[in-house]
Amino acid sequence: MLKVFETIGNYVLLMQKVFTRPQKRQIFYNQLFVEFQSLGLESLGIVAFISMFMGAVVAIQTAYNIDSPLIPMSMVGFTVRQSVILEFSPTVIGLILAGKVGSRIASEIGTMRVTEQIDALEIMGVNSANFLIFPKIIASMLINPLLIVISMWLGILGGWLAMIATGLVSTNDYVHGLRIDFEGYTIFYALTKTIVFAFIISSISGFFGYETRGGALEVGQASTRAVVVSSIVIILFNLVLTQLLLT
Amino acid sequence: MIEAQNLNKYFGENHVLKNIDCGFEKGKTNLIIGQSGSGKTVLMKCLVGLFEVDSGVVSYDGRNFTTMNFEQRKFLRQEIGMLFQGGALFDSLNVEENVMFPLNMFTGKSIEEKKERVNFVLRRVNLNNVNGLMPSELSGGMRKRVAIARAIAMNPSYLFCDEPNSGLDPQTSGVIDHLIREITQEYNITTIVNTHDMNSVLSIGDSVAFIYKGELWWKGDKEEILHTENQELNDFVFGTELTSRLKK
Repeated sequence: MLKVFETIGNYVLLMQKVFTRPQKRQIFYNQLFVEFQSLGLESLGIVAFISMFMGAVVAIQTAYNIDSPLIPMSMVGFTVRQSVILEFSPTVIGLILAGKVGSRIASEIGTMRVTEQIDALEIMGVNSANFLIFPKIIASMLINPLLIVISMWLGILGGWLAMIATGLVSTNDYVHGLRIDFEGYTIFYALTKTIVFAFIISSISGFFGYETRGGALEVGQASTRAVVVSSIVIILFNLVLTQLLLT
Repeated sequence: MIEAQNLNKYFGENHVLKNIDCGFEKGKTNLIIGQSGSGKTVLMKCLVGLFEVDSGVVSYDGRNFTTMNFEQRKFLRQEIGMLFQGGALFDSLNVEENVMFPLNMFTGKSIEEKKERVNFVLRRVNLNNVNGLMPSELSGGMRKRVAIARAIAMNPSYLFCDEPNSGLDPQTSGVIDHLIREITQEYNITTIVNTHDMNSVLSIGDSVAFIYKGELWWKGDKEEILHTENQELNDFVFGTELTSRLKK
């Protein structure tokens, strides 16, 4: 238990070093664009693939489970929309990004630590925590909402394509279902969660990478720990944010 | 001149550095030698501030480094260059970008001026036409030379080299050693080299400090080391087959 508090304390101390003004603004902007590419655009493929198929699966399962003539088939579109926007895109894709982006951040920074590249930055007088972690956090918090909006759109598209392919629900019913009782607030809720999860993923992974000591084995361990801890914290914050924002 | 006064460093219960008192002179290659685990790397990391000392003072030309805050150290560190054991080149940057990195961070020079400086220091370490290569494409010796080029890009007053010859063949080691010595004399730098390579000691050791079990056991130069009566130092210096045969 003491170890947990010590880790949280070290995380807070590291974040104090991270959240300072970048030493050279132009270099920070350059790094930000590099991170947009490596943390955001390179995740687009996996996000698109999973979103399409999950949207299709939710649509097919809902359509097969509607066996009462009293429930309109437009309920399929409604269910896909609600599940994709409220939970699937922000949380499940968040967990997938924790695996993909989190392990990348932890192993990249961890490798820099064990090969003394971070020491080299410190010797030069660079605030290494700010230099390495801050652009990743900002880039994640800016690019992840975009990824999640694309995921929502593709999830709904996947559901529609599945309905066309199987012929279970007509396009009219599906689109009608998508538009029933739509509240813009659900998008705000989803994007708020996304931004919080992006911070959790990038900061926790950055922390575990930065604290790595040893060699290749420890880099692997740091990477695994970053993914596990990020995922647990995402699940906990999902509950807290849902309670705060939807009740 | 860099001075260490009464330095002590503990890791838990382990007393790693014991009352180290030592001065490292300007314009000379000052070597720290000792067996693996003797504390020489810890001493170097304490001198550059990568480890905080538990007691004692480190001063750079009279400036007390130990009591400086991050901002004060940041300015002093712009006068420090360091060559790490593995080079510590940034993997994601090519040779030119690596050498240009400190210039980008701490100077307001134009891109032409920075490129000119990069090419100058790369030529100084005898590297030509490697600007676009990535660190993974370089040999061990070339990596070390690029790391030296990066270390001297800002015209440092102090140069630290942590085991500059590790992993290199004897011939390349000699090239690196002479490069370090030439640069030290040319720019009048205070250079500290951490090594257990006796070839380095005998070729560039203007001043040699022998660390034994965390203590400063002996201090002298490359000539005195061959005639010392110090048992532990003799065991270290003449511990290999080659050196013991030469002594006989």
